[in-house]
Amino acid sequence: MASQTLQSVPAEPSPARHEQSLEDVARRDAEGQAYFDKVMAEDSRIEPRDWMPAAYRKTLLRQISQHAHSEIIGMQPEANWISRAPSLKRKAILMAKVQDEAGHGLYLYSAAETLGQPRDQMMQDLMDGKAKYSSIFNYPARTWADMGAIGWMVDGAAIANQVPLCRASFGPYGRAMVRVCKEESFHQRQGFEILLELSHGTPEQKQMAQEAVNRWYAPALMMFGPPDDDSPNSKQSMAWNIKRFSNDELRNRFVGMMMEQVKVLELTLPDKDIRFNEETKKWEHGPLDWDEFHEVLAGRGPCNAQRLERRREAHLEGAWVREAAAAYAEKQAKKQAEKVSVA
Amino acid sequence: MTTPEPHAGNVWPIWEVFVRSSRGLSHVHAGSLHAPDAAMALRNARDLYTRRNEGVSIWVVPADAIASSDPDSKGSFFESPQGKDYRHATYYTKSEGVKHL
Repeated sequence: MASQTLQSVPAEPSPARHEQSLEDVARRDAEGQAYFDKVMAEDSRIEPRDWMPAAYRKTLLRQISQHAHSEIIGMQPEANWISRAPSLKRKAILMAKVQDEAGHGLYLYSAAETLGQPRDQMMQDLMDGKAKYSSIFNYPARTWADMGAIGWMVDGAAIANQVPLCRASFGPYGRAMVRVCKEESFHQRQGFEILLELSHGTPEQKQMAQEAVNRWYAPALMMFGPPDDDSPNSKQSMAWNIKRFSNDELRNRFVGMMMEQVKVLELTLPDKDIRFNEETKKWEHGPLDWDEFHEVLAGRGPCNAQRLERRREAHLEGAWVREAAAAYAEKQAKKQAEKVSVA
Repeated sequence: MTTPEPHAGNVWPIWEVFVRSSRGLSHVHAGSLHAPDAAMALRNARDLYTRRNEGVSIWVVPADAIASSDPDSKGSFFESPQGKDYRHATYYTKSEGVKHL
């Protein structure tokens, strides 16, 4: 994850004017740390203008902005199917879902901005390839059944990840996640419904559904991040009450849910090694190709270049709208000022 | 409607959004957004924060226009009610058991 260091990080907020001496700054830091530690111990919340350790700010900024980018890039695999949705109902549903993803991106950019990073800078980092987003969105959505598999598995994994984030120690992040989670459950259900309809359709439709599930299974499991023994930042994030459960814990829980739900779909998961471990009382899955995960994350997945190119294109194509709105606002403000001065 | 100074370049100012979820309730902070002016801020707020009938009324306020208390002076700014338990009904125990009081 070397390129993460390239991502722009805002300067620390400058201390208030009356604190000029080094002792004052040191005293403020000590008091701030003590208060921060108390908030963590009480499992309370940190708000944007509170003192916080520089590393806490940086970790949150990285996580929230990557999360926002994932929502924005995540619009693409599905937007791709809006014009080819099999019915008007499915088209309307897909449009609402893609619009939700845009909304989720904006909630998250807002939360990240409270840490001192302007949204435009984050977007620029994304377009410049300096920022990361979830590896899942670099896989292609080949058939209509992929809309089902994405909703059921990808959004399902996202929900499993996001529900505990509603209790993240940084207030704005937790609040954004509450809103996101409320909206996300329709996403998963509509995906499940697509697969259910296909699996009860013609043999060809059922096969299409099964193939989509086969394609998305492993990438969806990898959305929870690397295994615990290869996830160096997890421990600190858990100490800071940002993360509540480890990657493997959430992944195993998710596998258990999928195992039950796939029976209703009358489909199978492409993993012969799934089993419930009676000793640990946890679900276990077969080996995942973590080399592939790291390759995709490093920008060498099937659709990385295409996704970023499309994002840049959309940004450029929208430039005239932003310019027109700004020009109109300026003109109206001028008119308003003239009216006031005449009166 | 007031419009904050446009920032350098094309960066739209931040607006804080308050939504009244139904009649009889007050507006509650929902989040923030960027918009070039108040009219666009309202439209964006509608699209962003009320996609599922979450509101019957929206306020947008330029974030710059909000004055807020200093988070570092929690104690000194808010200390006045401390030691003034007599402002709460629970302070008065002698009336316990007396009906309708």
